[in-house]
Amino acid sequence: MSVTSSVPAKYELRCRECVKTWGNQPRSICDDCFSPLEVSYDYDSIRATFTRERIAQGPPSMWRYADLLPLPENFQPTVPAGFTPLLQAPRLARQLGAKNLYLKNDAVCLPTLSFKDRVVAVALAQARSFGFDTVACSSTGNLANSLAAQAARNGFQSWIFIPADLEPAKILGTQVFGAKLVRVAGNYDQVNRLCSQIADERSWGFVNVNLRPYYAEGSKTVGFEIAEQLGWRLPDNIVVPIAGGSLITKIKKAFDELIQLGLVEPKPVKFFGAQATGCSPISTAVKTGSSEIEPQKPATIARSLAIGNPADGHYALKTIKHSGGWSEDVSDPEVVNSICLLAETEGIFTETAGGVTVGTAGKLYRQDRILPEETTVLCITGNGLKTTDVLVGKYETDEPIPPKIAEFDKYLERTLNAPQKNVPKKDVPETVEA
Amino acid sequence: MTITVQIPTALRRLTAGAGRITCSATNLGELFSVLDQQFPDLNPHLRDEAGQIRRFLNVYVNEEDIRFLGGNTYAFQDGDEVLLVPSIAGGSAEAVDVEPSVS
Repeated sequence: MSVTSSVPAKYELRCRECVKTWGNQPRSICDDCFSPLEVSYDYDSIRATFTRERIAQGPPSMWRYADLLPLPENFQPTVPAGFTPLLQAPRLARQLGAKNLYLKNDAVCLPTLSFKDRVVAVALAQARSFGFDTVACSSTGNLANSLAAQAARNGFQSWIFIPADLEPAKILGTQVFGAKLVRVAGNYDQVNRLCSQIADERSWGFVNVNLRPYYAEGSKTVGFEIAEQLGWRLPDNIVVPIAGGSLITKIKKAFDELIQLGLVEPKPVKFFGAQATGCSPISTAVKTGSSEIEPQKPATIARSLAIGNPADGHYALKTIKHSGGWSEDVSDPEVVNSICLLAETEGIFTETAGGVTVGTAGKLYRQDRILPEETTVLCITGNGLKTTDVLVGKYETDEPIPPKIAEFDKYLERTLNAPQKNVPKKDVPETVEA
Repeated sequence: MTITVQIPTALRRLTAGAGRITCSATNLGELFSVLDQQFPDLNPHLRDEAGQIRRFLNVYVNEEDIRFLGGNTYAFQDGDEVLLVPSIAGGSAEAVDVEPSVS
Protein backbone atom coordinates (compact mmCIF):
# COMPACT_ATOMS: atom_id res chain seq x y z
CA MET A 1 0.00 0.00 0.00
CA SER A 2 1.38 3.35 -0.94
CA VAL A 3 1.16 5.99 1.73
CA THR A 4 1.24 9.04 -0.47
CA SER A 5 -0.62 9.51 -3.73
CA SER A 6 0.97 10.82 -6.89
CA VAL A 7 -1.74 13.45 -7.28
CA PRO A 8 -0.55 16.77 -8.67
CA ALA A 9 -0.59 19.40 -5.94
CA LYS A 10 -3.96 20.95 -6.85
CA TYR A 11 -5.00 20.21 -3.31
CA GLU A 12 -3.37 18.94 -0.15
CA LEU A 13 -3.93 18.46 3.54
CA ARG A 14 -3.28 21.36 5.86
CA CYS A 15 -3.64 21.68 9.62
CA ARG A 16 -6.62 23.82 10.56
CA GLU A 17 -4.81 25.29 13.53
CA CYS A 18 -1.05 25.43 12.94
CA VAL A 19 -1.33 25.54 9.09
CA LYS A 20 1.38 22.91 8.56
CA THR A 21 0.89 21.09 5.25
CA TRP A 22 0.89 17.30 4.95
CA GLY A 23 0.62 16.56 1.22
CA ASN A 24 -1.93 13.87 0.38
CA GLN A 25 -2.05 10.81 2.60
CA PRO A 26 -4.52 8.87 4.76
CA ARG A 27 -4.34 11.05 7.83
CA SER A 28 -6.79 13.25 9.69
CA ILE A 29 -4.79 14.86 12.48
CA CYS A 30 -1.72 17.01 12.61
CA ASP A 31 1.06 15.19 14.44
CA ASP A 32 2.44 18.51 15.58
CA CYS A 33 -0.59 19.96 17.34
CA PHE A 34 -3.19 17.16 17.29
CA SER A 35 -5.63 19.40 15.42
CA PRO A 36 -7.79 18.37 12.43
CA LEU A 37 -6.53 18.45 8.88
CA GLU A 38 -8.45 20.14 6.09
CA VAL A 39 -8.16 19.84 2.30
CA SER A 40 -6.89 23.14 0.88
CA TYR A 41 -6.93 23.98 -2.81
CA ASP A 42 -4.96 26.06 -5.21
CA TYR A 43 -7.94 28.20 -6.17
CA ASP A 44 -6.01 30.15 -8.79
CA SER A 45 -5.40 27.00 -10.81
CA ILE A 46 -9.07 26.01 -10.54
CA ARG A 47 -10.55 29.40 -11.41
CA ALA A 48 -10.25 29.00 -15.18
CA THR A 49 -12.10 25.68 -15.36
CA PHE A 50 -14.63 25.98 -12.56
CA THR A 51 -17.19 28.11 -14.42
CA ARG A 52 -20.98 28.04 -14.66
CA GLU A 53 -20.76 27.02 -18.31
CA ARG A 54 -18.37 24.12 -17.72
CA ILE A 55 -20.42 22.90 -14.80
CA ALA A 56 -23.62 22.99 -16.89
CA GLN A 57 -21.95 20.65 -19.38
CA GLY A 58 -21.06 18.18 -16.65
CA PRO A 59 -22.97 15.05 -15.62
CA PRO A 60 -26.22 15.31 -13.60
CA SER A 61 -24.41 14.21 -10.44
CA MET A 62 -22.02 15.59 -7.83
CA TRP A 63 -19.17 14.92 -10.25
CA ARG A 64 -20.06 18.10 -12.16
CA TYR A 65 -18.13 19.87 -9.36
CA ALA A 66 -15.09 17.56 -9.57
CA ASP A 67 -12.67 20.51 -9.83
CA LEU A 68 -13.44 21.44 -6.22
CA LEU A 69 -13.27 17.91 -4.87
CA PRO A 70 -10.09 16.10 -3.77
CA LEU A 71 -10.11 13.41 -6.46
CA PRO A 72 -7.15 11.45 -7.81
CA GLU A 73 -6.03 12.18 -11.34
CA ASN A 74 -8.03 10.28 -13.98
CA PHE A 75 -10.64 9.30 -11.42
CA GLN A 76 -13.65 7.58 -13.00
CA PRO A 77 -16.86 7.78 -10.92
CA THR A 78 -18.70 4.52 -10.28
CA VAL A 79 -21.89 5.88 -8.67
CA PRO A 80 -24.13 8.76 -9.81
CA ALA A 81 -24.36 10.33 -6.35
CA GLY A 82 -25.78 13.77 -5.78
CA PHE A 83 -27.55 16.40 -7.89
CA THR A 84 -30.73 15.67 -5.97
CA PRO A 85 -33.83 17.83 -6.45
CA LEU A 86 -34.19 21.28 -4.92
CA LEU A 87 -37.95 21.65 -4.59
CA GLN A 88 -40.15 24.58 -3.78
CA ALA A 89 -42.38 23.62 -0.86
CA PRO A 90 -45.47 25.86 -0.93
CA ARG A 91 -47.75 23.57 1.06
CA LEU A 92 -45.24 22.96 3.83
CA ALA A 93 -44.47 26.69 3.73
CA ARG A 94 -48.10 27.53 4.48
CA GLN A 95 -48.01 25.24 7.50
CA LEU A 96 -44.78 26.73 8.82
CA GLY A 97 -45.69 30.35 8.14
CA ALA A 98 -43.15 30.62 5.32
CA LYS A 99 -43.49 32.07 1.84
CA ASN A 100 -40.26 31.17 0.10
CA LEU A 101 -39.27 27.71 1.23
CA TYR A 102 -37.16 25.09 -0.55
CA LEU A 103 -36.26 21.50 0.26
CA LYS A 104 -32.93 19.98 -0.75
CA ASN A 105 -34.05 16.39 -1.05
CA ASP A 106 -31.23 13.95 -0.35
CA ALA A 107 -33.84 11.37 0.65
CA VAL A 108 -33.43 10.35 -2.99
CA CYS A 109 -29.64 10.55 -3.22
CA LEU A 110 -28.13 7.55 -5.00
CA PRO A 111 -27.18 4.83 -4.40
CA THR A 112 -28.46 4.44 -0.81
CA LEU A 113 -30.89 7.32 -0.23
CA SER A 114 -28.95 9.66 2.04
CA PHE A 115 -26.42 12.48 1.73
CA LYS A 116 -23.75 10.09 2.97
CA ASP A 117 -23.50 8.76 -0.59
CA ARG A 118 -21.66 11.98 -1.45
CA VAL A 119 -18.96 11.69 1.19
CA VAL A 120 -18.38 7.98 0.72
CA ALA A 121 -17.89 8.45 -3.02
CA VAL A 122 -15.04 10.89 -2.43
CA ALA A 123 -13.50 8.84 0.38
CA LEU A 124 -13.41 5.67 -1.73
CA ALA A 125 -11.82 7.52 -4.62
CA GLN A 126 -8.93 8.30 -2.28
CA ALA A 127 -8.99 4.87 -0.64
CA ARG A 128 -8.28 3.35 -4.05
CA SER A 129 -5.57 5.90 -4.73
CA PHE A 130 -3.86 5.17 -1.40
CA GLY A 131 -3.92 1.44 -2.09
CA PHE A 132 -6.34 0.26 0.60
CA ASP A 133 -8.21 -2.98 -0.06
CA THR A 134 -10.28 -2.77 3.13
CA VAL A 135 -12.42 0.20 4.08
CA ALA A 136 -14.27 0.82 7.32
CA CYS A 137 -16.35 3.30 9.27
CA SER A 138 -18.20 4.02 12.49
CA SER A 139 -21.77 4.91 11.68
CA THR A 140 -25.21 5.84 12.95
CA GLY A 141 -26.68 4.00 9.95
CA ASN A 142 -26.75 6.00 6.74
CA LEU A 143 -22.98 5.96 6.39
CA ALA A 144 -23.03 2.22 7.05
CA ASN A 145 -25.50 1.67 4.19
CA SER A 146 -23.57 3.86 1.81
CA LEU A 147 -20.13 2.49 2.58
CA ALA A 148 -21.35 -1.11 2.34
CA ALA A 149 -22.96 -0.47 -1.04
CA GLN A 150 -20.14 1.53 -2.58
CA ALA A 151 -17.49 -0.84 -1.20
CA ALA A 152 -19.32 -3.69 -2.93
CA ARG A 153 -19.51 -1.79 -6.21
CA ASN A 154 -15.83 -0.87 -6.07
CA GLY A 155 -14.48 -4.22 -4.91
CA PHE A 156 -13.39 -3.27 -1.39
CA GLN A 157 -13.82 -5.38 1.73
CA SER A 158 -15.77 -3.35 4.27
CA TRP A 159 -15.89 -3.38 8.07
CA ILE A 160 -18.68 -1.37 9.60
CA PHE A 161 -19.10 -0.52 13.28
CA ILE A 162 -22.49 0.57 14.60
CA PRO A 163 -24.25 1.11 17.92
CA ALA A 164 -26.15 -2.12 18.62
CA ASP A 165 -29.57 -0.41 18.82
CA LEU A 166 -29.73 0.94 15.25
CA GLU A 167 -32.94 0.73 13.24
CA PRO A 168 -33.48 -2.76 11.72
CA ALA A 169 -33.71 -1.35 8.20
CA LYS A 170 -30.30 0.27 8.52
CA ILE A 171 -28.77 -2.95 9.81
CA LEU A 172 -30.29 -5.03 7.03
CA GLY A 173 -29.42 -2.34 4.50
CA THR A 174 -25.78 -2.80 5.46
CA GLN A 175 -25.64 -6.59 5.66
CA VAL A 176 -27.24 -7.08 2.26
CA PHE A 177 -24.13 -5.67 0.58
CA GLY A 178 -21.87 -8.27 2.16
CA ALA A 179 -20.23 -5.95 4.66
CA LYS A 180 -18.73 -7.21 7.90
CA LEU A 181 -21.03 -5.60 10.42
CA VAL A 182 -19.84 -5.18 14.00
CA ARG A 183 -22.54 -4.21 16.49
CA VAL A 184 -21.05 -2.50 19.51
CA ALA A 185 -22.81 -2.42 22.87
CA GLY A 186 -22.57 1.33 23.30
CA ASN A 187 -23.59 4.65 21.81
CA TYR A 188 -22.09 6.19 18.68
CA ASP A 189 -19.47 8.15 20.61
CA GLN A 190 -18.18 4.91 22.10
CA VAL A 191 -18.20 3.24 18.68
CA ASN A 192 -16.31 6.17 17.23
CA ARG A 193 -13.70 6.09 19.97
CA LEU A 194 -13.22 2.37 19.41
CA CYS A 195 -12.75 2.99 15.68
CA SER A 196 -10.11 5.63 16.36
CA GLN A 197 -8.23 2.98 18.34
CA ILE A 198 -8.67 0.33 15.64
CA ALA A 199 -7.57 2.78 12.95
CA ASP A 200 -4.45 3.36 15.01
CA GLU A 201 -3.60 -0.33 14.82
CA ARG A 202 -4.72 -1.48 11.37
CA SER A 203 -4.02 -0.50 7.79
CA TRP A 204 -7.64 0.05 6.89
CA GLY A 205 -9.15 3.02 5.15
CA PHE A 206 -11.54 4.35 7.78
CA VAL A 207 -13.57 6.81 5.77
CA ASN A 208 -14.45 8.94 8.78
CA VAL A 209 -11.13 8.58 10.59
CA ASN A 210 -7.94 8.50 8.51
CA LEU A 211 -9.74 9.42 5.25
CA ARG A 212 -11.96 12.01 6.93
CA PRO A 213 -10.49 15.18 5.40
CA TYR A 214 -11.27 13.85 1.90
CA TYR A 215 -14.56 12.25 2.89
CA ALA A 216 -15.91 15.44 4.46
CA GLU A 217 -15.26 17.41 1.26
CA GLY A 218 -18.04 15.42 -0.45
CA SER A 219 -20.57 17.32 1.66
CA LYS A 220 -19.66 20.54 -0.16
CA THR A 221 -21.62 19.32 -3.16
CA VAL A 222 -24.86 19.91 -1.23
CA GLY A 223 -23.93 23.59 -1.13
CA PHE A 224 -22.78 23.75 -4.76
CA GLU A 225 -26.05 22.19 -5.91
CA ILE A 226 -28.26 24.49 -3.85
CA ALA A 227 -26.53 27.55 -5.35
CA GLU A 228 -26.72 26.24 -8.92
CA GLN A 229 -30.34 25.10 -8.56
CA LEU A 230 -31.32 28.51 -7.20
CA GLY A 231 -29.97 30.00 -10.43
CA TRP A 232 -26.45 30.62 -9.14
CA ARG A 233 -27.43 32.58 -6.09
CA LEU A 234 -27.23 31.86 -2.40
CA PRO A 235 -30.23 31.52 -0.10
CA ASP A 236 -30.85 33.85 2.83
CA ASN A 237 -31.04 30.97 5.29
CA ILE A 238 -30.23 27.30 5.41
CA VAL A 239 -31.40 24.82 8.04
CA VAL A 240 -29.12 21.82 8.45
CA PRO A 241 -29.44 18.81 10.77
CA ILE A 242 -26.39 18.42 12.98
CA ALA A 243 -24.86 15.15 14.09
CA GLY A 244 -21.05 15.35 14.03
CA GLY A 245 -21.21 18.91 12.70
CA SER A 246 -19.39 18.40 9.42
CA LEU A 247 -22.21 18.98 6.90
CA ILE A 248 -23.05 22.51 8.03
CA THR A 249 -19.41 23.60 7.96
CA LYS A 250 -18.88 22.10 4.52
CA ILE A 251 -21.93 23.83 3.06
CA LYS A 252 -20.43 27.05 4.40
CA LYS A 253 -17.13 26.18 2.75
CA ALA A 254 -18.93 25.49 -0.54
CA PHE A 255 -20.69 28.87 -0.48
CA ASP A 256 -17.40 30.62 0.36
CA GLU A 257 -15.64 28.87 -2.51
CA LEU A 258 -18.37 29.85 -4.97
CA ILE A 259 -18.05 33.47 -3.86
CA GLN A 260 -14.26 33.36 -4.04
CA LEU A 261 -14.34 31.91 -7.56
CA GLY A 262 -16.97 34.40 -8.72
CA LEU A 263 -19.82 31.98 -9.45
CA VAL A 264 -22.23 33.71 -7.09
CA GLU A 265 -22.58 37.23 -5.72
CA PRO A 266 -21.26 37.60 -2.18
CA LYS A 267 -24.12 37.44 0.28
CA PRO A 268 -24.46 36.73 3.97
CA VAL A 269 -26.20 33.43 4.54
CA LYS A 270 -27.52 32.55 7.97
CA PHE A 271 -26.80 28.98 9.05
CA PHE A 272 -29.27 27.26 11.38
CA GLY A 273 -28.55 23.99 13.15
CA ALA A 274 -31.29 21.42 13.83
CA GLN A 275 -30.99 18.87 16.62
CA ALA A 276 -33.16 16.50 18.62
CA THR A 277 -33.65 17.66 22.19
CA GLY A 278 -32.42 14.28 23.41
CA CYS A 279 -29.05 14.94 21.80
CA SER A 280 -28.49 18.65 21.50
CA PRO A 281 -24.93 19.64 22.43
CA ILE A 282 -24.76 22.26 19.67
CA SER A 283 -28.15 23.88 20.16
CA THR A 284 -27.52 23.92 23.91
CA ALA A 285 -24.25 25.78 23.36
CA VAL A 286 -25.93 28.25 21.00
CA LYS A 287 -28.87 28.89 23.30
CA THR A 288 -26.71 29.33 26.39
CA GLY A 289 -24.19 31.51 24.59
CA SER A 290 -21.35 29.12 25.35
CA SER A 291 -18.30 28.87 23.13
CA GLU A 292 -17.60 25.38 24.43
CA ILE A 293 -19.60 22.25 23.74
CA GLU A 294 -20.50 20.00 26.63
CA PRO A 295 -20.84 16.36 25.55
CA GLN A 296 -24.17 14.62 26.15
CA LYS A 297 -25.42 11.05 26.42
CA PRO A 298 -27.86 10.72 23.51
CA ALA A 299 -31.47 9.71 24.17
CA THR A 300 -33.56 10.27 21.04
CA ILE A 301 -35.33 8.38 18.27
CA ALA A 302 -33.30 10.46 15.80
CA ARG A 303 -30.49 7.93 15.91
CA SER A 304 -28.76 9.22 12.82
CA LEU A 305 -28.16 12.47 14.74
CA ALA A 306 -27.34 10.81 18.06
CA ILE A 307 -23.78 12.02 18.47
CA GLY A 308 -23.25 13.48 21.92
CA ASN A 309 -19.62 14.49 21.40
CA PRO A 310 -19.62 15.99 17.90
CA ALA A 311 -16.12 15.97 16.44
CA ASP A 312 -16.82 19.03 14.30
CA GLY A 313 -19.00 20.67 16.92
CA HIS A 314 -16.54 23.48 17.52
CA TYR A 315 -16.54 24.45 13.85
CA ALA A 316 -20.29 23.98 13.47
CA LEU A 317 -20.82 26.32 16.40
CA LYS A 318 -18.53 28.94 14.86
CA THR A 319 -20.30 28.64 11.51
CA ILE A 320 -23.69 29.23 13.12
CA LYS A 321 -22.60 32.09 15.36
CA HIS A 322 -20.53 33.96 12.76
CA SER A 323 -23.39 33.79 10.28
CA GLY A 324 -25.90 35.34 12.67
CA GLY A 325 -27.88 32.10 12.67
CA TRP A 326 -29.18 30.02 15.54
CA SER A 327 -29.77 26.44 16.58
CA GLU A 328 -32.90 24.82 17.97
CA ASP A 329 -33.98 21.34 18.97
CA VAL A 330 -37.23 19.39 18.94
CA SER A 331 -38.70 16.56 21.03
CA ASP A 332 -39.22 13.04 19.73
CA PRO A 333 -43.03 13.51 19.32
CA GLU A 334 -42.32 16.67 17.33
CA VAL A 335 -39.91 14.68 15.14
CA VAL A 336 -42.61 12.12 14.32
CA ASN A 337 -45.24 14.78 13.65
CA SER A 338 -42.84 16.66 11.41
CA ILE A 339 -42.08 13.52 9.38
CA CYS A 340 -45.82 13.17 8.80
CA LEU A 341 -46.26 16.86 8.05
CA LEU A 342 -43.58 16.81 5.35
CA ALA A 343 -45.04 13.65 3.83
CA GLU A 344 -48.59 15.01 3.79
CA THR A 345 -47.73 18.43 2.43
CA GLU A 346 -44.95 17.73 -0.06
CA GLY A 347 -44.98 14.00 -0.73
CA ILE A 348 -41.53 13.45 0.73
CA PHE A 349 -40.98 10.65 3.23
CA THR A 350 -37.95 11.52 5.28
CA GLU A 351 -36.25 9.76 8.16
CA THR A 352 -36.05 11.06 11.70
CA ALA A 353 -33.27 13.53 10.89
CA GLY A 354 -35.57 15.15 8.33
CA GLY A 355 -38.27 15.36 10.98
CA VAL A 356 -35.77 17.14 13.21
CA THR A 357 -35.02 19.63 10.43
CA VAL A 358 -38.65 20.36 9.57
CA GLY A 359 -39.66 20.65 13.22
CA THR A 360 -36.75 22.95 13.96
CA ALA A 361 -37.57 25.12 10.96
CA GLY A 362 -41.10 25.56 12.29
CA LYS A 363 -39.71 26.76 15.60
CA LEU A 364 -37.34 29.18 13.87
CA TYR A 365 -40.20 30.73 11.90
CA ARG A 366 -42.30 31.07 15.03
CA GLN A 367 -39.39 32.73 16.82
CA ASP A 368 -38.99 35.19 13.89
CA ARG A 369 -35.39 34.07 13.52
CA ILE A 370 -36.33 33.22 9.93
CA LEU A 371 -38.71 35.64 8.22
CA PRO A 372 -41.40 34.39 5.83
CA GLU A 373 -40.23 36.21 2.69
CA GLU A 374 -36.60 35.12 3.00
CA THR A 375 -35.32 32.39 0.71
CA THR A 376 -34.82 29.45 3.03
CA VAL A 377 -33.57 25.95 2.26
CA LEU A 378 -34.15 22.93 4.51
CA CYS A 379 -31.68 20.07 4.07
CA ILE A 380 -33.51 16.74 4.03
CA THR A 381 -30.67 14.27 4.40
CA GLY A 382 -32.23 10.82 4.59
CA ASN A 383 -35.13 8.56 3.60
CA GLY A 384 -38.10 7.60 5.77
CA LEU A 385 -38.15 4.00 4.59
CA LYS A 386 -35.10 3.43 6.80
CA THR A 387 -36.78 4.54 10.04
CA THR A 388 -40.33 3.23 9.75
CA ASP A 389 -40.06 1.84 13.28
CA VAL A 390 -40.77 5.30 14.72
CA LEU A 391 -44.17 5.32 12.97
CA VAL A 392 -45.31 1.98 14.34
CA GLY A 393 -48.73 2.52 15.93
CA LYS A 394 -49.15 5.91 14.31
CA TYR A 395 -51.72 4.71 11.78
CA GLU A 396 -54.60 2.27 12.01
CA THR A 397 -55.07 -0.39 9.38
CA ASP A 398 -58.72 -1.28 8.65
CA GLU A 399 -59.99 -4.79 8.28
CA PRO A 400 -60.04 -5.83 4.60
CA ILE A 401 -63.34 -5.58 2.76
CA PRO A 402 -64.75 -8.23 0.43
CA PRO A 403 -64.16 -7.46 -3.27
CA LYS A 404 -67.74 -6.31 -3.88
CA ILE A 405 -68.94 -2.85 -4.85
CA ALA A 406 -71.73 -2.99 -2.28
CA GLU A 407 -69.15 -3.63 0.42
CA PHE A 408 -67.11 -0.69 -0.71
CA ASP A 409 -70.20 1.53 -0.64
CA LYS A 410 -70.82 0.44 2.94
CA TYR A 411 -67.18 1.01 3.79
CA LEU A 412 -67.34 4.49 2.30
CA GLU A 413 -70.42 5.36 4.28
CA ARG A 414 -68.83 4.06 7.46
CA THR A 415 -65.63 5.93 6.81
CA LEU A 416 -67.20 9.23 5.85
CA ASN A 417 -69.46 9.20 8.88
CA ALA A 418 -66.72 8.19 11.30
CA PRO A 419 -63.96 10.40 12.66
CA GLN A 420 -61.07 10.45 10.22
CA LYS A 421 -58.73 7.51 10.42
CA ASN A 422 -55.25 7.12 9.01
CA VAL A 423 -54.50 10.77 9.57
CA PRO A 424 -51.84 11.62 12.09
CA LYS A 425 -53.12 13.47 15.07
CA LYS A 426 -52.20 17.14 14.96
CA ASP A 427 -51.67 17.08 18.69
CA VAL A 428 -48.40 18.92 18.68
CA PRO A 429 -49.51 22.20 17.20
CA GLU A 430 -46.23 23.97 17.88
CA THR A 431 -44.63 22.00 15.05
CA VAL A 432 -47.19 22.99 12.46
CA GLU A 433 -48.55 26.39 13.32
CA ALA A 434 -46.96 29.67 12.49
CA MET B 1 -2.13 3.09 43.42
CA THR B 2 -1.30 2.56 39.78
CA ILE B 3 -3.00 3.75 36.61
CA THR B 4 -2.13 2.95 33.01
CA VAL B 5 -2.04 5.50 30.21
CA GLN B 6 -2.28 4.48 26.57
CA ILE B 7 -0.45 6.73 24.15
CA PRO B 8 -1.76 6.89 20.55
CA THR B 9 0.67 6.07 17.76
CA ALA B 10 0.79 9.70 16.63
CA LEU B 11 2.41 10.73 19.90
CA ARG B 12 4.75 7.79 20.47
CA ARG B 13 7.62 9.53 18.76
CA LEU B 14 7.51 11.88 21.76
CA THR B 15 7.51 9.05 24.33
CA ALA B 16 10.54 7.17 23.00
CA GLY B 17 8.13 4.71 21.37
CA ALA B 18 6.31 3.86 24.59
CA GLY B 19 2.64 2.98 23.99
CA ARG B 20 1.70 2.28 27.61
CA ILE B 21 2.86 4.18 30.64
CA THR B 22 2.10 3.40 34.27
CA CYS B 23 2.14 5.98 37.04
CA SER B 24 0.47 6.86 40.32
CA ALA B 25 -1.16 10.18 39.40
CA THR B 26 -4.34 10.82 41.37
CA ASN B 27 -6.06 13.18 38.93
CA LEU B 28 -5.75 14.60 35.42
CA GLY B 29 -3.58 17.55 36.48
CA GLU B 30 -1.14 15.25 38.21
CA LEU B 31 -1.11 12.92 35.24
CA PHE B 32 -0.11 15.75 32.93
CA SER B 33 2.64 16.77 35.38
CA VAL B 34 3.99 13.23 35.41
CA LEU B 35 3.96 13.12 31.61
CA ASP B 36 5.63 16.54 31.49
CA GLN B 37 8.47 15.29 33.65
CA GLN B 38 8.98 12.06 31.76
CA PHE B 39 8.41 13.43 28.24
CA PRO B 40 8.93 17.20 28.09
CA ASP B 41 8.22 17.30 24.34
CA LEU B 42 4.76 15.82 24.84
CA ASN B 43 3.23 18.65 26.84
CA PRO B 44 2.52 21.11 23.98
CA HIS B 45 0.56 18.37 22.24
CA LEU B 46 -1.68 17.78 25.21
CA ARG B 47 -2.26 21.30 26.50
CA ASP B 48 -2.52 24.70 24.88
CA GLU B 49 -0.63 27.87 25.77
CA ALA B 50 -3.10 28.60 28.56
CA GLY B 51 -2.50 25.17 30.10
CA GLN B 52 -5.93 23.89 29.09
CA ILE B 53 -6.33 20.43 27.59
CA ARG B 54 -6.32 20.76 23.81
CA ARG B 55 -9.74 21.02 22.21
CA PHE B 56 -9.19 18.07 19.89
CA LEU B 57 -7.83 15.69 22.49
CA ASN B 58 -10.30 13.42 24.28
CA VAL B 59 -9.42 11.69 27.53
CA TYR B 60 -11.21 8.47 28.48
CA VAL B 61 -11.06 6.53 31.73
CA ASN B 62 -12.04 2.87 31.34
CA GLU B 63 -13.82 3.75 28.07
CA GLU B 64 -15.79 6.64 29.59
CA ASP B 65 -15.19 10.25 28.53
CA ILE B 66 -13.57 11.88 31.56
CA ARG B 67 -15.91 14.87 31.17
CA PHE B 68 -18.79 12.62 32.26
CA LEU B 69 -16.79 11.65 35.37
CA GLY B 70 -16.04 15.18 36.52
CA GLY B 71 -13.14 16.09 34.26
CA ASN B 72 -10.27 17.64 36.18
CA THR B 73 -11.89 16.79 39.50
CA TYR B 74 -12.12 13.06 38.84
CA ALA B 75 -9.98 11.08 41.32
CA PHE B 76 -8.25 8.17 39.57
CA GLN B 77 -8.90 4.74 41.06
CA ASP B 78 -6.34 1.98 41.31
CA GLY B 79 -6.20 0.11 38.00
CA ASP B 80 -7.81 2.88 35.94
CA GLU B 81 -6.95 2.71 32.26
CA VAL B 82 -6.61 6.15 30.67
CA LEU B 83 -6.88 6.61 26.90
CA LEU B 84 -5.73 9.68 25.01
CA VAL B 85 -7.65 9.79 21.73
CA PRO B 86 -7.60 12.57 19.16
CA SER B 87 -11.00 13.89 18.15
CA ILE B 88 -11.41 13.19 14.45
CA ALA B 89 -12.80 16.43 13.10
CA GLY B 90 -12.59 17.67 9.55
CA GLY B 91 -14.76 20.71 9.37
CA SER B 92 -13.80 24.21 8.53
CA ALA B 93 -15.75 27.25 9.54
CA GLU B 94 -13.51 29.58 7.60
CA ALA B 95 -11.73 27.38 5.13
CA VAL B 96 -11.11 30.01 2.50
CA ASP B 97 -10.52 32.94 4.82
CA VAL B 98 -6.82 32.17 4.74
CA GLU B 99 -4.64 32.08 1.68
CA PRO B 100 -4.36 28.72 -0.03
CA SER B 101 -1.04 27.15 0.80
CA VAL B 102 -0.57 25.26 -2.45
CA SER B 103 0.81 27.10 -5.41
